[in-house]
Amino acid sequence: MHRPSVRAALTTVLATVALAGCSLAGTGDEAQDPATSSSDGAAAEAGGPVVLATHESFTLPKKLVRQFEAETGYELEVRAAGDAGTLATKLSLTADNPIADAAFGIDNTFASRPLDEGAFAEVTPTLTPPAEYALAEGGDRLVPIDSASVCVNVDTAWFDAEGIEAPRTLADLTDPAYADLLVTPGASTSSPGMAFFLATVAEYGDDWPAYWTDLLANGAKVVDGWEDAYYGDFTAGSETGTRPIVVSYDSSPAFTVTDGATTTAALLDTCFRQVEYAGVLAGADNPDGAEALIDFLLGDAVQSALPESMYVFPVMPDATVPADWAEFAPQPTDPYEVTPEEISANREQWLTEWTDVISR
Amino acid sequence: MRRLLALLALAAGPVLVLGVLFVLPVTGMVSEGFFVDGSFAPGAVLEVLARPRVHRVAWFTVWSSGAATLLAVVLGLPAAYVLHRLALPGRAAVRAALLVPFVLPTVVVGVAFRQLLGEGGPLGFLDLDGTPVAIICGLVFFNLAVVIRTVGVAWESLDPRPGQAAAALGASPSQVLRTVTLPALRPAIVGAATIVFLFCATAFGIVLTLGGVRYSTVETEIYLLTTTVFDLQAAAALSVLQIVVVVALLALAARLRATPDPTAHRTVTPVRAVRRGDAPAVVATLVVLVAMLLPILTLVLGSLTVGDGWGLANYRALTTTGDNQALLVPVTAALVTSLRTAVDATWMALLVGVSVALIVTRRSHSVAERRVRSTLDGFFMLPLGVSAVTLGFGFLITLDQPPLDLRDSPLLVPMAQALVALPLVVRTLAPVLGGIDDRQRQAAASLGASPLRTLVTVDLPVVWKPMLAASGFAFAASLGEFGATSFLARDDSPTLPVVIFRLIGHPGEMNYGMALAASVVLAAATTLVMLAVERLRVPGVGALA
Amino acid sequence: MLQLTDVTVRYGDTVAVDDVTLDLAAGQVLAVLGPSGCGKSTLLRAVAGLEPLTSGSIGCDGADLAGVPTHKRGFALMFQDGQLFAHLTVARNVAYALKLRRTPSARVAARVRELLELVGLSGYDDRLPGTLSGGERQRVALARALAVEPRLILLDEPLSALDATLRERLAGDLREILHAAGTTALLVTHDHEEAFALADRLAVMRDGRVVQSGAIDEVWRAPVDEETALFLGYARVLRGTAAASVLAAAGLPAAPAVAVRRSALVVDEAGEVAATVESARVTPEQVRLKVVADGLGAIDAVAPLGTRVSPGDAVRLSVDVTRLAVLPIRPPA
Repeated sequence: MHRPSVRAALTTVLATVALAGCSLAGTGDEAQDPATSSSDGAAAEAGGPVVLATHESFTLPKKLVRQFEAETGYELEVRAAGDAGTLATKLSLTADNPIADAAFGIDNTFASRPLDEGAFAEVTPTLTPPAEYALAEGGDRLVPIDSASVCVNVDTAWFDAEGIEAPRTLADLTDPAYADLLVTPGASTSSPGMAFFLATVAEYGDDWPAYWTDLLANGAKVVDGWEDAYYGDFTAGSETGTRPIVVSYDSSPAFTVTDGATTTAALLDTCFRQVEYAGVLAGADNPDGAEALIDFLLGDAVQSALPESMYVFPVMPDATVPADWAEFAPQPTDPYEVTPEEISANREQWLTEWTDVISR
Repeated sequence: MRRLLALLALAAGPVLVLGVLFVLPVTGMVSEGFFVDGSFAPGAVLEVLARPRVHRVAWFTVWSSGAATLLAVVLGLPAAYVLHRLALPGRAAVRAALLVPFVLPTVVVGVAFRQLLGEGGPLGFLDLDGTPVAIICGLVFFNLAVVIRTVGVAWESLDPRPGQAAAALGASPSQVLRTVTLPALRPAIVGAATIVFLFCATAFGIVLTLGGVRYSTVETEIYLLTTTVFDLQAAAALSVLQIVVVVALLALAARLRATPDPTAHRTVTPVRAVRRGDAPAVVATLVVLVAMLLPILTLVLGSLTVGDGWGLANYRALTTTGDNQALLVPVTAALVTSLRTAVDATWMALLVGVSVALIVTRRSHSVAERRVRSTLDGFFMLPLGVSAVTLGFGFLITLDQPPLDLRDSPLLVPMAQALVALPLVVRTLAPVLGGIDDRQRQAAASLGASPLRTLVTVDLPVVWKPMLAASGFAFAASLGEFGATSFLARDDSPTLPVVIFRLIGHPGEMNYGMALAASVVLAAATTLVMLAVERLRVPGVGALA
Repeated sequence: MLQLTDVTVRYGDTVAVDDVTLDLAAGQVLAVLGPSGCGKSTLLRAVAGLEPLTSGSIGCDGADLAGVPTHKRGFALMFQDGQLFAHLTVARNVAYALKLRRTPSARVAARVRELLELVGLSGYDDRLPGTLSGGERQRVALARALAVEPRLILLDEPLSALDATLRERLAGDLREILHAAGTTALLVTHDHEEAFALADRLAVMRDGRVVQSGAIDEVWRAPVDEETALFLGYARVLRGTAAASVLAAAGLPAAPAVAVRRSALVVDEAGEVAATVESARVTPEQVRLKVVADGLGAIDAVAPLGTRVSPGDAVRLSVDVTRLAVLPIRPPA
């Protein structure tokens, strides 16, 4: 019994040593620590790091990061974690000691909170995005970068096969002809879910609870997140899906293209537009770098890459959009609107009421 | 008195660690709610507790977690018996595989469950999708391994003779189980149930995914209030409520555990051949295993589906960044990050966990000393029961000034994971250390051994193999940790669960397939690690090879 | 009432119990005596139904016990360290078997009182096993085993965990209690004192086999071989000329081997063996000597209390015939 235990002990020791080599502790992250290296003021003139705080859906291709670093001499570090709400909360809570230099991914549904907390500094980008995306309040601090509209999507292939006409408007969704066919992510747990809810608020005003009651009575299914709805229940997104109507994005039909045609469509009269903004954080270590980053986000390279990397439309009119998008994902011309101030003032009450309606 | 002071000095290290990484952030975040515009205003917080919605949420949390815990214990006991006491072929592999659910990202399990239970799924006829039953099933799926492992190890080292004496006195096997075996296993069962309850009560993703947002628990409500509604008073109220309930529960558990522990005198009972009387337990275990396997099977099949046929394309794609560059780093790189992070989290959890286990198990010489020890014991369980959201935001607002400027540190993620793994380490080691006869230490000391030498010569030889088991557990917990990690992980070095979450959140058939393939890889990696640990693990604890 | 016929228990290639045949009459106490690892505990467990037989049979009152599970055999089992149920009080431990049989609670209380009195532990009802001494725990275990008047009680080294004084006292009590209750008992032990203190009959076991069995005094008087003799407490075995001179001094016919107890040689003026005292030690009952005797070499001897001898003294020794046993000639292997 002695020998095997010695051998086991040796193996363990060797394995531990090998694993210790794997530790993160020794991987020299000191060089990337912006908090210590930029506070001496030298960073601003000689480039130095720029830290971007954003949400988990943010993706910037490596090539573009390298291009930014080569053009400006700054070093870009991206901190992406949590959803848009988490990002807004983080920025609001750390307004006096920011976690980064710049932030991207605050959308019009969450904009007023960090603005009220004074998280953003004024910024004047070199390029001017179209005025239609600008915020009425805080437009001097938050710069629009992209937009994506949340629209009801339908599985046109399913409707063709069943020989039923697909719905077109929000009102159609309560029609018994479409009973048990809709699935939507929840307003309380999902950003597109919230956007769809806001569309119904914009359409029905204070009568939205009645609409939602009808919607649920007509068999609408409410799930946690977009991925549950799209991949769990949507007929075009899941093998076992049973519902051909889903709340998704205006760009979604570009991802269901087979043999040169798309099998789904976004209902352009049901859309709520989400615009994502970027800004320089108040008290940032490297405000110049942050401003350079925002200019870069508005530049053609990033704007044209947005559809491919983040499934959103660029705000700059001259940016290139992929052929599939141009062909299969038309954008709504007149989406529903609710101002950030109104959202901010009513969100809690709306969500409480909404949760009550769907829990009944 | 001197002993008490020495004890406090010894506890200072771990307490300081937990103070900085847990108490400080949570207090910081909770006080955001108590202070309105700089002045202390507890009224608003207390008012929140009177809301009917808060009562509803609290009640749902308690009953759903309670039901899930009960079910996990009931289903886990026969499996613990069969897998730890009977000589069945492939026991080791099954035991290792049982930990897989423990590390699977909730979002993936959610999708797998919904494919099974959803309207078009094979179990759709049960009509469970979006019901509390589905939530409870999901919670049981995640936590069954905790019961099987904790109770199984205790069962292995249970002296069979009291049961035989009872049988000779005329007790039928079921009477022996009820009157002798279960009471003897009570400390282990209570310990496991406590951990499971805490995991369930703070479960997040699974509640949202399977409950279809109709059901809120305290944890999901805190998340909603903090990130979406920004009602920090209400969030603080719920956090405080959560802490109070958790502390009460831990106190109750400590009381229930504090019976003479018959497993303290470690004996190793050899596994025995299966007999006819074992049939119900074996059948129950098989049913449980099949039920556990179904969602995993769904995942595996999904990962092998390419277009309308079968193939390995999803696995080959793991070295890429996905359709339309959904990822910054390929899945393989994320796996490496995951493993490295888990190594760090494991040594951190072990370092603190071993000291805590040593402190809480040394024999107390006075009532005050015993109180201090049992308070410490409960204190280190707290991180399991407190909202990850509160803790995560607390990190950001409290650990932002030198000398505690940790929020940019690459070690923050393993630190957070180590906090989650710590209770698992303590609960695994404490019974073993508690089982060492204090006289052995006294004998060593009387022969001239210094306290350190006593530790090395008496405690370490007994504990090093259980320590491996604990590290395996911690490693697995770290591999699968998502809540805190997704909050803190840096974009350039995401862990595998974070990457899986990202893949599944991006449109594109390949991304979905890759998410499933990556989950299978994560599961396989976990199984391999656990199998390796199993090989090093001695049956029972404290047995020297 | 208990018949073991050709009982064999095998674990893989190891034979733990090898072809054992034993009989135990009602009311008797049989001790199976053997060194550790001889298979005696396995034999006990086989009787209890905890160990499946490889071959052979165990019968009780004429009925074959094959296939009867432990809890239906109506036996009671008492382990070395009691194995009380740690989570139950003394009273509830004793009442355990009664409760299993759904005895009315008034009767249970009365019986528990009676049994605790029998084992001398009145008033211990509400104590937890953890607070009892080793001897007290054994008594509770005994009370628990006797509670439902089992037809057979199985004792696994019931006294060996106790210290000498306690063992002696409890042994006496145990024997009395067993006889008073008329209980049939099967006892396994490695300690011949324990066997002599409790049993009427003895079976000596070695390497899985019963090498000798019979009434206690028969076995004691005539051990079958040297190992058995030593195991039964004989101090040495003398051979050849040494054996011859001891037997001659005792007036017995010559034999090749004789086992002697420590007290077989007694200082006696009229003794036939001459010896020189090496050392002397006074014990409460006699003086123990080490002597060098003519024709025997160094050997133990005793003298009555009060005898004054010191190292170097020449003494005469006589041989006490009741304290030696002539060993049979071993058949050629």
